[in-house]
Amino acid sequence: MIYFNNVSKVYKDATALSDVTLTITTGEFVSIVGASGAGKTTLTRMILADDVPTKGTVFFESINVHKLRSKDLTKLRRRIGVVFQDFKLLSNKTAYENIAFAMEAVGKTDEEISSDVPHVLELVDLSHRLHHFPDQMSGGEQQRLAIARAIINQPELIIADEPTGNLDPINTHEIVQILKKINDLGTTVILTTHNRGVIESVGKRVVTLENGKVVRDTKGSK
Amino acid sequence: MTELKRIIKSGFINFKRGGSVSFASVLVVTITLFVITAIILLQAVLYYSLNTIKDKVDVTIYFNVGAPEDKIMLLKDSISKLAEVASVSYTSADDNVKNFRDLHASDYPTIAALDEIGSNPLGATLNVKTKEISQYEDIANFLKSDNAIALGSSDIVNHSNYHNNKLVIDRLNAMISGAQKLGFLLTLYLIISSIIITFNTIRLTIFISKEEIGVMRLVGASKMRVRGPFMIEGAIYGIIATIVSLVIFWPITAWFGRNMTSFLGLNLYSYYVSNFLQIFAIILLSGIILGVISSFLAVRKYLNK
Repeated sequence: MIYFNNVSKVYKDATALSDVTLTITTGEFVSIVGASGAGKTTLTRMILADDVPTKGTVFFESINVHKLRSKDLTKLRRRIGVVFQDFKLLSNKTAYENIAFAMEAVGKTDEEISSDVPHVLELVDLSHRLHHFPDQMSGGEQQRLAIARAIINQPELIIADEPTGNLDPINTHEIVQILKKINDLGTTVILTTHNRGVIESVGKRVVTLENGKVVRDTKGSK
Repeated sequence: MTELKRIIKSGFINFKRGGSVSFASVLVVTITLFVITAIILLQAVLYYSLNTIKDKVDVTIYFNVGAPEDKIMLLKDSISKLAEVASVSYTSADDNVKNFRDLHASDYPTIAALDEIGSNPLGATLNVKTKEISQYEDIANFLKSDNAIALGSSDIVNHSNYHNNKLVIDRLNAMISGAQKLGFLLTLYLIISSIIITFNTIRLTIFISKEEIGVMRLVGASKMRVRGPFMIEGAIYGIIATIVSLVIFWPITAWFGRNMTSFLGLNLYSYYVSNFLQIFAIILLSGIILGVISSFLAVRKYLNK
């Protein structure tokens, strides 16, 4: 599904990725681990074409994502759900509107929006927060809202970039369980983390990055 | 259609939730529109004053005593046909002497001297007004031209007062064109400054949403879906600022109308009321265009990906 071919990214004075070659198949749950600055976020941004490689190519199925025109890139992004460490919710929109916005972006009707949004919020246990703004919610609730937004359009791939980085252990456990459930339903999940507990509780394939290089790629135990 | 409806709705909601940021933006656009309205009114006063001065300038052609009226009328017709001429009025010799007597009614020696002559010493006159002050020289030249001579002007024209008034006319002409140029430059400077200030204020308000614009793009929103609500917000700034500035000008012009009409020569309140629709259209259009274009350009910067 995803193929990194000798991808390197060099910023002014630092190498974020160095000759990364990596294949992720459909339905996989891949944890990308590494210390801060190892290149985890840069790797995920490459898939979204939110950053351009200095060298190499990134394919989503047969599409070279960096060759896409703006319109086609928008369409590709609609096939990917993204969850960030800092949630990146739209602060002037309520929980309902944050999810409705993602649905509007793919052209869903008002009827579909009004029936699906309460349903997905119920799935992440946020029914009682329907009309609350992000700053009126806890960190765990905001992250669950971000996950709800990421899955609402049934994407083929979920990218979760350090989704538990700002959460306590209980909320971390909840988020990991939600991501595992999503993967069980057939969605490919890429999770970046530096939390060993998270990797152990997921128990799937682990790709380790060090100074922008893939140093280990191990199959999961579960 | 659904997309457009959603964009408009989003724009209104963002404006409402924008709170102090929306208020500040409206305030800045209001200041810009206030400056534009003030300039429109200043231009009205300036042009009114210049037109009043221009209207006081004319050239009179004096004819010889006894010059035949049909020949004068021929010359009048051909002067009227000149593109530069705004109006030509004929005053007969009898009317001129009557006007002279009225003017000097209390000047006994002059009237007595006139009576002593017995006959009318004055000839007929043509009073010529041109469209622009600079065109009086053309009239003086025309009188010396072959065309005028063919009409027999050299036999009937005694003189014109153009050369006597030339200095005054030239000075007035220079003053008027200078005032117009200065007015234009001042207008240009004020309008450009206001536009730059407004653009930068709106750019700052959108800068606050920079990260959210990126998130919207990452969740798959089209450029128009991201940009549209900001443009609607910009239009709302323009509409509200138009209403506020035009309401503010109501008492201001009323005060000027009551207290400054004799000084300005123009009743600003009457001018404002009678031209309200045109002023409203200009200000509304300026406000909306300013808000929408500023938002469009400001968002564009963050929409690269």
